[in-house]
Amino acid sequence: MTTLFFELALTFYFTAAIISVVELFRSSKTTTKVMLLFVAVGFILHTVSIVLRYADAGRMPVVNPHEATSFFSWCIVLLFLILEFRYNIGLLGSFIMPLVFVLMLSSAMLPREIKPLSPELQSYWLSIHTLLAFIGNAAFAMAAGIGIMYLIQERYVKSKHPSGLFQRLPSLQILDEINYRLITIGFPLLTLAIITGALWAQSAWGSYLKGDFRVVWAIITWLTYAVVLHTRLLAGWRGKRAAILSIIGFLTILIAFFGIKLLGKGLHVFL
Amino acid sequence: MNILVVGLNHKTADVDIRERLTFNGQKLEEGLRRIKTLPDVKEAVILSTCNRVEIYTVVSSAAAAHESIKNFISEFHGIDRSALETTLYAYEGINAVRHIFRVAASLDSMIVGEPQILGQIKDAFEFSLRKKATGILLNKLMKKTISVAKRIRTETKIAENAVSISFAAVELAKKIFTDLSSKSFMLLGAGDMAELAARHLANSGVRDVIVANRTYETGCELAKEFNGRAVRFEDFMHEMVHTDIVICSTGASKYVLMKEQMQKVMKERRQKPVFIIDISVPRNIDPEINNIDNVYLYDVDDLQGVVDTNVQGRQKEAENAEVIIAEEIETFQKWLISLDSVPTIVALRERADAVKKEEIEKLLNKLPALGEKERDAVEYMASAIINKLIHPPTTALKEDSEDRDILIAAIRKLYGLDEKGE
Repeated sequence: MTTLFFELALTFYFTAAIISVVELFRSSKTTTKVMLLFVAVGFILHTVSIVLRYADAGRMPVVNPHEATSFFSWCIVLLFLILEFRYNIGLLGSFIMPLVFVLMLSSAMLPREIKPLSPELQSYWLSIHTLLAFIGNAAFAMAAGIGIMYLIQERYVKSKHPSGLFQRLPSLQILDEINYRLITIGFPLLTLAIITGALWAQSAWGSYLKGDFRVVWAIITWLTYAVVLHTRLLAGWRGKRAAILSIIGFLTILIAFFGIKLLGKGLHVFL
Repeated sequence: MNILVVGLNHKTADVDIRERLTFNGQKLEEGLRRIKTLPDVKEAVILSTCNRVEIYTVVSSAAAAHESIKNFISEFHGIDRSALETTLYAYEGINAVRHIFRVAASLDSMIVGEPQILGQIKDAFEFSLRKKATGILLNKLMKKTISVAKRIRTETKIAENAVSISFAAVELAKKIFTDLSSKSFMLLGAGDMAELAARHLANSGVRDVIVANRTYETGCELAKEFNGRAVRFEDFMHEMVHTDIVICSTGASKYVLMKEQMQKVMKERRQKPVFIIDISVPRNIDPEINNIDNVYLYDVDDLQGVVDTNVQGRQKEAENAEVIIAEEIETFQKWLISLDSVPTIVALRERADAVKKEEIEKLLNKLPALGEKERDAVEYMASAIINKLIHPPTTALKEDSEDRDILIAAIRKLYGLDEKGE
């Protein structure tokens, strides 16, 4: 059952991604609405698949790579829908939905069997820690997407040849504001994720710092975003620099997420 | 019945001729009244703007009406007819419909996509409607015209991008800042072009306006006009720290703002974005400033470049608009054809009734002895005969068939409906 819902969600996201790319070239209010409808239906199906998997496994479905990428996509779509209804940003979908589709596709290709979790890791910390980490990282992903939009729009204005997407992209100010807001959401969540991770390590192994490569990387990510916020608040780094930093920040997350496999197995069992 | 447009526009007539042919105020009412009295004219609307004067009419004979309208214009405005020959154009039938649609959609305007013309057409139509100068055909045509123009406005991007320097500046400002109402704006110097752009910005609701002019008094006057405040020119650098949009046109022969100075300002503003528009020629602001992060500098040529791109964009959209017009003409033509059958049916009926009446009278004259009952019976029989006879052609006319216009022509000829003195 969970497979069926997952595949359906994938199909809906795929369609939405196609429409969102078409939107870059020609758009109307109808195409945006249709795209959002597909995202929303896909999201509902996706939610059902995750809930069913939770029931099957008896724990948060974030333990193997298939589950983790799927749940990460779910968080991004959730944030996308919230942003879309709150700010109605033109073309945001075109920058987010292809990413969601790629994530879901990689999730679909990863092995899906439910593996038992080692007993010392079975605790309520699993849900708390991963939920915080995933939503925080999703906020950073959105911030990077918005950052790319900012850089494109900034290019149009600076080059003095505003054409193409210029009319349909939102203003620089709103992109910068949302980028900042997303980071102010993501940063405390990441901080809490690191703290809860340490507490979990303490309860499982009796040590706060029994870390692996991912823990180190999480701290690097945390420092990156600390720099983004610090330079913004103290030196007034905004706009282009903030956008670039938020993209760099998200790249470090992606390295943490996918790169670890290349560096050997760590305690984060799913990768 | 035919639709006829006679008129001139900025392409066919110089401004001095256009001025002399204008129908304004009293002249409009008088002109409309007199056109309606021309022998071939049934309905009329006069459109008179600074770029065009056009008379839309429904006429019984296009050729005759064309002549009489030309004569009327020449006489009414006191212009020699020969002067009108080269400037006036005329369209009839479906070409007239196409022309009116194109004018309303602003495809025939000096600036393609400009929005005023539609309002002017609405006003012209409403005036004629009030003066009872329009009838079934023009009412339908003008309403259709307005809806076609609206459809083009929403379905194409013909009116989307700014095609004047000052509007282009406002449009750019809106892509840098979300909400202009929380932004402050400084006018540096007081050239005419700068004033125009400033007016557009002020109209789009900036929060406060600062004027810095070399002559402080002139600055004060301008500031009063914009509900702003004036500062001494020497102090403008200090004001830059709190200003989000600057329009500069000082007439100075060298740069009044250098890159290093702007870098200092940006530091003090904590990198908050600034949009600077340098309208002065020669330029007053170091172009290098555009390379500073969060500073966006546009000079006159840059803005003109934006305008040129937008004009090209509109011309491309105009092609889409022509497609819509072709579609709408087709539906209007269908309506025109359906309308044609109605007068024919009416004429056929009238013809039959006239014959009936005539023949009954003749009969009653010959047989004066008939009683009330017999007379009724005769009348009833005559009605029954003509009803039976004209029923099939009436039904055929009402049907929406391919060859209806042929049928209409045939019936008119066979029953002699177009002959006079019936």
